[in-house]
Amino acid sequence: MSVRTPETMAPVPAPQPRSGSEGRAETQRERWIRRAERRGPLVVLVAVCAVATIASPSDASWPDVSTILGNNAFVWLLALGMTFVITTGGIDLSVGSLYALGGVLAARGATSSPWLAIVLPLVVCAAWGAVQGLLVAYGGMAPFIVTLAGLLGARGLLQALTNQGSTTYLVPAGSWFRHLGEGTWVPVGIVAVLFAIGWVLMERTGYGATLTAIGGNQDSAVLLGLPVARAKVLVYLLSGTLAGAAGALGGARLGSGVTTIGVGYELTAIAAVVIGGTLLTGGYGTIGGTVCGVLLLAVIHHLIDRYLSQYGSAMTDAVNGAFLAVVVLAQALLERSRRR
Amino acid sequence: MTAAVLEPVDGAGTRDRVLDLAQRYGVYAALVVLIAVATAMNSDFMSVSNWRVQLFQVAPTVLVALGMALVIGTEGVDLSVGATIALAASIIPLYIGYGPAPAIVLALLLGAAAGLVGGAMVAFAGVQPIVATLSLMIGLRGLAELMNGAAAKPVEDPSILDLGEHGIAGVPVMAWIALAATGAVAYTVRRTTFGRQLVAIGDNKRASLLAGLPVRRVLVTVYVLSGILAALAGVLIVGHGAEADPANQGLNMELSAITAVVVGGTPLSGGRVRVLGTVAGAMFMQLASAVLIQHNVPTSTTQIVEAVLICLAVYVSRERGTR
Repeated sequence: MSVRTPETMAPVPAPQPRSGSEGRAETQRERWIRRAERRGPLVVLVAVCAVATIASPSDASWPDVSTILGNNAFVWLLALGMTFVITTGGIDLSVGSLYALGGVLAARGATSSPWLAIVLPLVVCAAWGAVQGLLVAYGGMAPFIVTLAGLLGARGLLQALTNQGSTTYLVPAGSWFRHLGEGTWVPVGIVAVLFAIGWVLMERTGYGATLTAIGGNQDSAVLLGLPVARAKVLVYLLSGTLAGAAGALGGARLGSGVTTIGVGYELTAIAAVVIGGTLLTGGYGTIGGTVCGVLLLAVIHHLIDRYLSQYGSAMTDAVNGAFLAVVVLAQALLERSRRR
Repeated sequence: MTAAVLEPVDGAGTRDRVLDLAQRYGVYAALVVLIAVATAMNSDFMSVSNWRVQLFQVAPTVLVALGMALVIGTEGVDLSVGATIALAASIIPLYIGYGPAPAIVLALLLGAAAGLVGGAMVAFAGVQPIVATLSLMIGLRGLAELMNGAAAKPVEDPSILDLGEHGIAGVPVMAWIALAATGAVAYTVRRTTFGRQLVAIGDNKRASLLAGLPVRRVLVTVYVLSGILAALAGVLIVGHGAEADPANQGLNMELSAITAVVVGGTPLSGGRVRVLGTVAGAMFMQLASAVLIQHNVPTSTTQIVEAVLICLAVYVSRERGTR
């Protein structure tokens, strides 16, 4: 197991050394570009919030903010898991389906015991993620396609569990499991703690460093003797577990398992991660950036709801798409001007 | 897994050779087996009416998958095709008053423009194809819904309905169009300089650049072609459904198209385009789900079967030591 030859590993995108600063002093220009890349999402977030608050002070009222936070917090966990996956240069398209699956499993488990409502979705979604990870790490299959199959398969499992969507499982009214999703502080607290753990894992542990190394140059990581395959299995397991947890907590908030939920959530999660500054090519991931990314998308969503609600969700989609395009273009141009 | 580790680096082992054959011809064999089994289980399967239904269903997927095969051949992916279908669909009721031809041309132009934006982001700005087209996927469907309004709009123009409903020599017009597009794409890939350049770029972009190939132009053209083919599929879908419904038309089409390409044996790592395999892949996925539905297999099982088929196809076509 410890000796692996490079050709058994998954195909790697052409390694792109993050050019520049190592070995020689940074120029002023390079330093500014690096700052813009790292702090850009935060600056934009603060600017958008400031402009929105000045334009309409009532926007910053606590009821509004607490609604944004409470309703969206759990979905942000998908972006947390996605950050780890993307850091390794992979992608996980199955999280939207696993989110829905987690919700249904939690509601079903809650009908017998609140503990089962927590354990069941976590175990099933972790197993689902682990299988995807095994296929990616040991099967040498492209993450994009493995998790695409996972997206379809998890929806299928979900349909089978609910008799093609005709059975709705309700969380019993008296169950303490419901409290996990109530109000603002409980969801935000849970999500904040998980993000904090995620930050420690990414920034302060060898595991995080291994993930970054894999994303930067997988062949080198193998030659360095890093446990590449194991780390990759774990990263998909982590992403699946977080998606399951997010779904379970979302089920607790809604009080039932909704089968139609979660379609396209993987795309929002990817968008949030990319907006936060994590490189889609792998090799650099930032949990703080992802926090900015999810908050930024939530704020924009809220602003559109407020000012452009007559156009409905179509306008949200159009603006989100345009915003994502602008962000990735800006990132690409920054990256390019640094190389010059 | 252990076997893979122990295998020699060069010189194709038997296992590799089998996988190679499976990748190249597996989809045709699977298609034949599927048709044989389906016919044995239900004699109505070979009826003309059933095949007409299947061809109506598969023609738009084939068109989109052809464009997708070109994009995947350059080591890219185009997630925006489903949204491009919606965009093309939404423009038709707006301009059908000027006659069918201007409406269709405009729809195709919009598709080309969508591809141009995605292609320019990929080729000139160096954005990853998956994010560049993801942003278009999210944005364009929103745009299409804004143009059309939330509700579906009926389309009653006879020429457009003809495209979606009628047949020539018993075969749907849609299928003829898909066939013509297949021929054109196959010719482009195999016989034109552009096709060679496309494959070379997919195989090794840097080498192609150093060899003086017009990498950027080829990349942009590939995404534009994918956009045009998707828009054409959108026109046909509007004709078949007699309505423009941007909220639902083309939904998940990018997944079906990628599946068809992968099942058809085109590797996701680029440098190879299997045009006929892609068509066979689209047929196979369509017939497989149709057979399952005809035998009252629940959709949940159908989805799981699709997932397993995709995994199998990728396992067979994954990158091996020998190429």
